[in-house]
Amino acid sequence: MRLRSKDLTGIKDLSAEEIGLILETAAGFKDVLGRDIKKVPALRGRTTVNLFYEPSTRTRTSFEVAAKRLSTDVINIAIPTSSVVKGETLLDTAKTVLALGADIIVIRHNCSGTPHFLAKNINASVVNAGDGTNEHPTQALLDMFTINERKGRIKDLDIAIVGDILHSRVAKSDIYALTKLGAKIRLIGPPALVPDCLKELGAAVYTDMNAGLDGVDVIMMLRIQLERQGKGFFPSTHEYFRNWGLTAARVARAKEDVIIMHPGPMNRGIEIASEVADSSRSVILDQVTNGIAVRMAVLYLVSGVQG
Amino acid sequence: MDPFIYAVMQKRASRVKIFIKNGRVVDPSQKIDDICDILIEDDKIKDIRCGVQDKKRKTQASAAAAGSSDTEIIDAAGMLILPGLVDMHVHLREPGFEYKETIKTGTEAAVRGGITSVCCMPNTNPVNDTPGITEFIIKKAAQEGSCSVFPVGAITKRQRGEELAELGMMFDAGCVAFSDDGKPVMDSLVMRRALEYSRIRKAVIISHAEDMSLSAGGVMNEGLLSLTLGLRGIPSQAEEVMIARDIALAELTRGRLHIAHVSTKGSVELVRLAKKRGIADITAETCPHYFSITEDAAEGYNTNAKVNPPLRRKEDLEAIKAGLNDNTIDVIATDHAPHHRDEKLGEFDLAPSGISGFETSIGLSMKLVEAGVLTLDQLIEKMAVNPSRIVGLGKGTLKQGADADLVILDTSTEYTVAAARFRSKGKNTPFEGWKLTARPVATIAKGRIYTWE
Repeated sequence: MRLRSKDLTGIKDLSAEEIGLILETAAGFKDVLGRDIKKVPALRGRTTVNLFYEPSTRTRTSFEVAAKRLSTDVINIAIPTSSVVKGETLLDTAKTVLALGADIIVIRHNCSGTPHFLAKNINASVVNAGDGTNEHPTQALLDMFTINERKGRIKDLDIAIVGDILHSRVAKSDIYALTKLGAKIRLIGPPALVPDCLKELGAAVYTDMNAGLDGVDVIMMLRIQLERQGKGFFPSTHEYFRNWGLTAARVARAKEDVIIMHPGPMNRGIEIASEVADSSRSVILDQVTNGIAVRMAVLYLVSGVQG
Repeated sequence: MDPFIYAVMQKRASRVKIFIKNGRVVDPSQKIDDICDILIEDDKIKDIRCGVQDKKRKTQASAAAAGSSDTEIIDAAGMLILPGLVDMHVHLREPGFEYKETIKTGTEAAVRGGITSVCCMPNTNPVNDTPGITEFIIKKAAQEGSCSVFPVGAITKRQRGEELAELGMMFDAGCVAFSDDGKPVMDSLVMRRALEYSRIRKAVIISHAEDMSLSAGGVMNEGLLSLTLGLRGIPSQAEEVMIARDIALAELTRGRLHIAHVSTKGSVELVRLAKKRGIADITAETCPHYFSITEDAAEGYNTNAKVNPPLRRKEDLEAIKAGLNDNTIDVIATDHAPHHRDEKLGEFDLAPSGISGFETSIGLSMKLVEAGVLTLDQLIEKMAVNPSRIVGLGKGTLKQGADADLVILDTSTEYTVAAARFRSKGKNTPFEGWKLTARPVATIAKGRIYTWE
């Protein structure tokens, strides 16, 4: 089996089978990462370009490590060092990168839809590393991988996603992935950040954190974007933590074997209490490790080199 | 093969007389829907004779045909002849944005769409907020314009919404209406003063109704689709609260208020109620895209479907049609907003809003007649008679003595919309590939005949 597309623009465009294929492939690569020599020659001679229009350490590094483990050459282009500040258009930059010999372009951009735009307009494979408030598909894939690893399944699990759903590309990709894989989703947060129309995606919507967490198998916390504070979506981070912060008392409402996830970077004391973040229920560091295996799988599969 | 596709516009030398025979003329201002012959002399309608069986018409026809060789004769058999369309909401982009459109190219596109008079919005660079700019536009249009151009002045200096521009002097210089189009007048007191002041010269104030604090940098309609595309949404209410405010202010001041580009169901209801109250003289307009397509057109981050106000939902589209049908909405205008290709080829968030509308307007609007939403008379009222009345142009009629502005339409040959063939510099249309039937085969404006091959 192969992916139908040369690109990974979003989970929205994947079938459940394709998600399964990526997770299965990632499992194989995770074994590789456990070996002494953590590298395979699968994509030797190919070039991956990380085109990052937004500051990112963990996602870019994760993609870079993944690409290197597959033996591709990696070039990082970040906005402050590129010619974008001179006013070059996105398409011109991408074409330039292509002319330099890129086979895969991993793009992060603050405008939604930019990976889709590039995928349509250039021949290289385009992988979405986060676009605006739209999707962050590899984060969702590593989340699925981590849940599956811990729970042995995803179907029929009760999964709570807490925080700024409206602006979270992670939440959106997670919702699409979880829906396709048959989980039951609860979205929890202040009404301005968890609009009612989310119900149309098949999720349950809660403003009450305690009720929302009742008996769940997985709690996925989202980063509260402090730069949105001025927009008045909620009165203060202090009040936010009171209502939607993940404390030990709230974790106790979930199933005993609940796992706690966070895409990072965390705001300790704003969306998650330190004791919870560091507790045995937290799988936050597993997510980081799994991210490399999943991104290896994605880079490998979009290149179309498999048999 | 469509003979009009490979369009090279011909501007035939102006003749003293034009005689158009055998066409079906529809002119609601004279309650005419009949086969008529029209004689044009010195850029005016000299004579119009109707009735298929009318012997006098035949006599007149042959007499004119046999007349001097300086008479251009057009046989319009099988064609529909309407008063030239009046588009009271357009952007010609000159001065300042000539890379998007110029007065020359914009008016060429207008006549290609059967439009013989346009009111151009003031959001140029510099903004049309002083008589000098107004005079420049009028002069340029007189020299280079294919159709009549009537400038709309800014309500406030530099469209900043703070201080009134010199409305009286701009009116005297030739502005026919005032608007800060592209932006609302957010300050309610400034809007009140504008409506009060406009009474002096009976100039209409055109409201771009958008509460900017609610639209909050949005780029499409707010809802599930904006959420799943990750694009910031603009709720219908951003338009509706502003329309409600402006209606209240019009009722306070008895100023002349015209609501531009109505896009939502709630807006139609607000205007309908205000008209029923009848306290203030309020009119409203919509654009072909609001009754032709929905927000779904933005799927796949299609920047050609980015427009302000944004494309809405099916229920809004249906409400707009109902509002046109019961005459709550008086005007169909294009809000022709050409942009450069490079500006639309990129990030959705960064692409400018607007649709190049001149060359699809009549085709899309005639669909309403084909579907029974509007009578042909109503359509002509909304695309010619009413806008002319609202801004006081004296156009939109084929009465004897009127300006010889008219359009000859072929309503039976299907054609495919192809932006590459637009006369406009702006190829930004969400209607690429659409099949339409109504299309001008000739437009007469400013005494010239325009045809395309």
